[in-house]
Amino acid sequence: MKFSIERGTLLKAVGQAQSVVERRNTIPILANVLIEADANSVSFRATDLDIEVVDKTVAQVERPGATTVSAVTLHEIVRKLPDGALVDLTDDGISGRLTVQAGRSNFSLATLPKEDFPVMASSEYTANFSAPAPVLRRLFDKSKFAISTEETRYYLNGVYMHVATGEDGQVLRCVATDGHRLARIDAPLPEGADTMPGVIVPRKTVNELRKLLDDDEVQIAVSVSETKVRFATPEITLTSKVIDGTFPDYSRVIPTGNTRQLEVDAAEFAKAVDRVATVSSERSRAVKLALDEDRLVLSVNAPDAGAAEEELAVAYGDERLEIGFNAKYLLEIASQVDRENAVFLFNSSGDPTLMREGNDTSAVYVVMPMRV
Amino acid sequence: MPALCRDCEAIIAPARRCPHCGSPRVLQHDELFDLSIAHMDCDAFFASVEKRDNPDLRDKPVIIGGGKRGVVSTACYIARIKGVRSAMPMFQALKLCPEAVVIKPRGDHYAAVSREIRAFMDDLSPSIEPLSLDEAFIDMTGTERLHGAPPAVMLVKLINRMERELRLSGSIGLSHNKFLAKIASDLDKPRGFAVIGRGETDDFLREKPVRMIWGVGQAAQASLDKAGIRTFQDLRRWERNELIQRFGKFGDRLYHLARGIDHRPVSNRTPVKGISNETTFFEDTADRELLEGHIWRLAEKVSDRAKAKDRAGRVVTLKLKLSNHRILTRRQSLDDPTQMADRIFRTAKTLFDGVDQGPFRLIGVGLSELYPAGDADRSHDLLDPDAPRRNAAERATDALREKFGKDAIVKGRSLR
Repeated sequence: MKFSIERGTLLKAVGQAQSVVERRNTIPILANVLIEADANSVSFRATDLDIEVVDKTVAQVERPGATTVSAVTLHEIVRKLPDGALVDLTDDGISGRLTVQAGRSNFSLATLPKEDFPVMASSEYTANFSAPAPVLRRLFDKSKFAISTEETRYYLNGVYMHVATGEDGQVLRCVATDGHRLARIDAPLPEGADTMPGVIVPRKTVNELRKLLDDDEVQIAVSVSETKVRFATPEITLTSKVIDGTFPDYSRVIPTGNTRQLEVDAAEFAKAVDRVATVSSERSRAVKLALDEDRLVLSVNAPDAGAAEEELAVAYGDERLEIGFNAKYLLEIASQVDRENAVFLFNSSGDPTLMREGNDTSAVYVVMPMRV
Repeated sequence: MPALCRDCEAIIAPARRCPHCGSPRVLQHDELFDLSIAHMDCDAFFASVEKRDNPDLRDKPVIIGGGKRGVVSTACYIARIKGVRSAMPMFQALKLCPEAVVIKPRGDHYAAVSREIRAFMDDLSPSIEPLSLDEAFIDMTGTERLHGAPPAVMLVKLINRMERELRLSGSIGLSHNKFLAKIASDLDKPRGFAVIGRGETDDFLREKPVRMIWGVGQAAQASLDKAGIRTFQDLRRWERNELIQRFGKFGDRLYHLARGIDHRPVSNRTPVKGISNETTFFEDTADRELLEGHIWRLAEKVSDRAKAKDRAGRVVTLKLKLSNHRILTRRQSLDDPTQMADRIFRTAKTLFDGVDQGPFRLIGVGLSELYPAGDADRSHDLLDPDAPRRNAAERATDALREKFGKDAIVKGRSLR
């Protein structure tokens, strides 16, 4: 195998590969990236047995072939090469070494046979559809903060992507929750998605997927089966197992009868929460919201460290209410709002609170209060 | 040289026998009346309590410990003559001393007796640091004017009062810091009173093995051996920086202890790091239902103790010991500290569900990363809307048990 490739293109492909590869590996081959060169393209494939990413890119191939080499080492090398360099990768098939050559730099890396590289079994996808990158970006960006890290509740360690019935008919919906907050984001249902089974997309996959979604113009081909999900751009294909579990019935935890409405500038609100929370160094910092006629007083009282208070002008017309929240959760939820005011709907100080952006019900957040 | 009769409690001139009562139990030491940090250690406490409560046992070897499977918790001095030691497996102890009377420990009873002793100590000083039910540090600094007698006299009186009123004996170590006081209480057991003065500290420690240091177990011993450190003399040859580099924070402590320096104050507020309970089974078991019953009872015990101490924990730990003595531990951090038995149980049970090995000989449940109770259970789980009701039920149950006794109301699963 022998080919030449531009450093920037190579860096992007190997970067994607090395982030999928697990840092601590007991199986040596899993630390490697499989490089396959054919007539005029080269593909880079990496896997952790749950996720597989393949990046296919154009290169000047002199001699087709395939080999595997440490993804992290190759990435480090390419990263340190000068911008714009042309990189030659050569594997003579005999020495068990891959030479990487750029300008006057020469590297020789140990390889493992390509036959040992595990290739993920393909799946019978029951739904195939296409969605614009910005749509998927919104669905996952706005929900992923609520993914649980609690390993015992493994079925919450991902985003539940499924077809649901929204106010105006069927939608593609992403839900994530960790039991303290919940995010429910809807998008118009793409054509061909209606047959899709609901799947829990693991956190790592969500993070890897994000790298495919930066370009606004790209259409993402999505394929879903009961056990796997695949996202593909023309160059990159990301295939992942989904979490084998049942996502809890989230609909019953989204309050429908909350009537006490607060409307506030989300950015101002987030800044105020952040400021008052500074005095407390506790892990779960509680912020108290005291609401009165068009007035919101945020306060934190940490007996050992100090106290803080800040007042905000808001739109609120209901009875007086005092309610406490974990500062971090409030901040994360408020920072999801990017266009309009944040609208909070409260019931009592012990009941879940709902938050949305203006009157937009396509992104709904629920947060559990805490006793203050 | 100051001297003191341990029987009639009189300060006397140095003599082999007390001029007042004729007792040979005379304490004399240059610094006897200058030292004020003491360690009191009861003699074979659990066994002594049992012997006191049942005079038939007085002349028999008595071993306190759990069943035929457990280990020796305490052996009376008669059993110790035969070679029985604490922490020895029971079968081995019974091989050494087949005629021993084995008694299952009565924890609650010992705790009650311990409280009586504690009350005596409270009369001596406000600064008591219990290490367990049967031993404590007492800082007597600055109490001489209050009592009208030096600490040594008051400590002799304490031991005599324990013997007179509780019919239990203990040993005292008196020195100028906790490290040496603890070592001293062991020098003259039982019914001992040993003094390590400032002047003799260096000589006393020189040839002693470093494993004497409280907290030096097998692992620490091994790494000390590797460094060629066996005695305090070896230790003193090391520079402070070298020790810190090699052993970290512990190295700094070693450096000071080697010179008999220990600045730790006697503190009755030693922070509790964790609360845990465990059970060893009579026979190994893999019965999930039975084990779940144990998890509930342990969770309830841990929760009771947390509630009594006004503490809540953020980490729940499940400990399991397999038949081959291998220990498995599983831990789960909660987002919010808890003191509720229900939450501890549910968390521990989820951890247990993830374990597919067995059978087990021991199961334990623990709560750590402790916070004040006020920080506990401040928010609920969105996905578990019934939790507030269960918590309310638990609080109500606690109130009933408080009023009518522990068994007034129990959960069905605690009977499994």
